Amino acid sequence: MSFQTFTFYAFATILVFAALRVITTRNPVHAALWLVLSFFTAAGIWLLLQAEFLAIALVLVYVGAVMVLFLFVVMMLDVNFDSMRQHFRSYLPVAAAVGILVFFEMALVILGSAVGPVAGAPAAPAGSNTQALGALLYVDYVYPFEIAAVVLLVAIVAAIALTHRKRREMKHQDASAQMRARASERVRLVSMPSEKPPV
Amino acid sequence: MPLPGAPTLAHYLVLGAILFAISMAGIFLNRRNVIIMLMAIELMLLAVNLNFIAFSRYLGDMAGQVFVFFILTVAAAESAIGLAILVLLFRNAGSIDVEKLGSLKG
Repeated sequence: MSFQTFTFYAFATILVFAALRVITTRNPVHAALWLVLSFFTAAGIWLLLQAEFLAIALVLVYVGAVMVLFLFVVMMLDVNFDSMRQHFRSYLPVAAAVGILVFFEMALVILGSAVGPVAGAPAAPAGSNTQALGALLYVDYVYPFEIAAVVLLVAIVAAIALTHRKRREMKHQDASAQMRARASERVRLVSMPSEKPPV
Repeated sequence: MPLPGAPTLAHYLVLGAILFAISMAGIFLNRRNVIIMLMAIELMLLAVNLNFIAFSRYLGDMAGQVFVFFILTVAAAESAIGLAILVLLFRNAGSIDVEKLGSLKG
């Protein structure tokens, strides 16, 4: 067994175990941390496949940003998680059945003729993976790249618009109402004699 | 030429299939907990990305990695909006039960 194969099996074992813990653990914080572990090991497997840029991006974007967001939300919400576990056992048989069914369907496809001809990997292209990916991304896929940027913008706007709420008890200025104000609405000038007439 | 003992494409595909099946089971298993469901969806996308990268490596086509890049982008957006909806659900219903999602109907 070569070193590559050994590394693959080690990472695969950790990945499958971490994924199993994600879906079975009692505490959502632990689930998030197991998910972090599975992302790390997946990044290791991607390095094995010589996709260096995506492995680093996975660690930076997922472990650094998305999982921190998950942890924030889990800790922000004061949820009674024990009440959710009541139906856990009753869901177990159907979940196991669906999982095994999905796995065997995919195994049928994989072990069939689909992967037969592709036995070994071709030699890796010369030069860095990041350079090759960038050349492809900014030349051939530049419009999809722009659309991805728009998708991210929409996500930002949607997330803020969904969770933003106006606090009623807070005192704040309404700038547009201030700008609309006219002097005539605020001050009324009346003409009246300055003092009482002499009796 | 590949090394004699190196893992083949089938190794990676089987690993992706196992990961996908686990996350599929996870969605059924945690049918009341939206947070774990979102995590299972992330795991599913990870399995899909693993397949994309494995095919990209073994077929010698970089386009697969570009698609993984886009999937990562969309998945990040999806989890941000999903968590925003989750916060909204908790604020309105007081729990994160999936059954209560109907109460968000406008």
